[in-house]
Amino acid sequence: MSSYNTNEFKSGLKVLLDKDPCVMLENEFVKPGKGQAFNRIKLKNLKTGRVIERTMKSGESLPAADIVEKDMQYLYNDGERWHFMVPDTFEQYELVKDIVGDSAVWLQEQDVCIITLWNDVPLSVAPPNFVVLTVSETDPGMKGDTSGGGVKPATLETGAVVRVPLFVQIGERIKVDTRTGEYVSRAKE
Amino acid sequence: MEVETPLLSQGAATDPYLNIIPVKLSYFDRTYFLQTSPEFCMKRMLAAGSGPIYQLCKAFRDEECGRYHNPEFTLLEWYQPGFDHHALMGEVDDFLQAVLKTPKATKVSYRALFEKFLGFNPHQADAKILKHYAKQHDIQLDATLACEDWLDVLLTHCIEPHLGYDAPVMIFDYSASKAALAKVRSDKEPVAERFEVYVQGVELANGYHELTDHNIQRQRFEADNKIRSALDRPNIPLDNHLLKALEVGLPSSAGVALGIDRLVMLAAGADHIEEVLAFTSAQA
Repeated sequence: MSSYNTNEFKSGLKVLLDKDPCVMLENEFVKPGKGQAFNRIKLKNLKTGRVIERTMKSGESLPAADIVEKDMQYLYNDGERWHFMVPDTFEQYELVKDIVGDSAVWLQEQDVCIITLWNDVPLSVAPPNFVVLTVSETDPGMKGDTSGGGVKPATLETGAVVRVPLFVQIGERIKVDTRTGEYVSRAKE
Repeated sequence: MEVETPLLSQGAATDPYLNIIPVKLSYFDRTYFLQTSPEFCMKRMLAAGSGPIYQLCKAFRDEECGRYHNPEFTLLEWYQPGFDHHALMGEVDDFLQAVLKTPKATKVSYRALFEKFLGFNPHQADAKILKHYAKQHDIQLDATLACEDWLDVLLTHCIEPHLGYDAPVMIFDYSASKAALAKVRSDKEPVAERFEVYVQGVELANGYHELTDHNIQRQRFEADNKIRSALDRPNIPLDNHLLKALEVGLPSSAGVALGIDRLVMLAAGADHIEEVLAFTSAQA
């Protein structure tokens, strides 16, 4: 297995730390006036999302993690697993609930997502930054109130709940930012 | 007096963790070294009776590049015969007040500094206790280190980032294990008559009340090479010219090396050393 020496450390590097795949966020070379030099690094565990800090003696190394990000089309959910396909090769991958996590409510058939693979096994899924979904349930709002101000909860076709302006009605298509879970606008279609 | 000394030398600093750049000179059929500081040649001048001397020169370390590091850098080094480290700290303070317009520096002993920030006496702690302190301060470092290395870890992680914001901080009287080329004073807790200067969290200068005893100097060189062997690093040939000069007699003096690139960074408010270099080693 290949590895990275401390002098190759930089942000974005994918490494194994305590056998977990991590991405390096920060690397700082620390050298006291005399004596042993150290590298202070900040990493994000790609399995748990937790940010970890570590100090290593300069000259040591960390094993490289075989991490690849691939664009894949979301096909369907069979009740237990989410099925994705690489458009060019038709290669299919199945993701379990633990991996899909909170992203499940943003997945819409046909949408292209980014799947992170570790040793060719899915690690996480990133839905498109913006998705357009239909409102399936919300309190009837006041018609004609487009001035903004008030908001109300709305349940979308995928089960996601977002806060929308009062004028949004059942059956309307709205654009949502999946990174924040916030309403952006009515979809113009 | 301004002096100029060779960048290439047959002997070099033996500090076990310094990565020195060797250069093969075919005429002499010998390996020379690019200097990591002009210290040895300048001390030979002092021994020859030069009086106070200074030099602005390049120095080289085969190390990583970073916010405060470039393998080729510029040093201002000067020596004052008759000074001890406290007198020289005063002169460095005058220099900083003139160049960076800083307020009067704060002087604090290595021991008082650790007691203030971490609540223990660094001269009385062993490696096991220090590892425990490091863990207490959330330093995730799983390694077996020597006592002096743990002290460095704690200093660089927990103390350094806070130093020198109100006024420059000068740390003096280091633990004897960090003497390098400084005199060790035999107090109840022996300390090295060495100082370092920090401005805005940046280590800017390192000075010594210079060791003048050639026998002790030779022992330190040899001890360093022993550590180098243990670390599987190349031994460095002893600088016999320097040892000879010490034997003839180095006047009691204090000397300091100050990083000019970092000084310019502080003066210009630069965030990275690349902002003050026309070309970094990566671009050269």
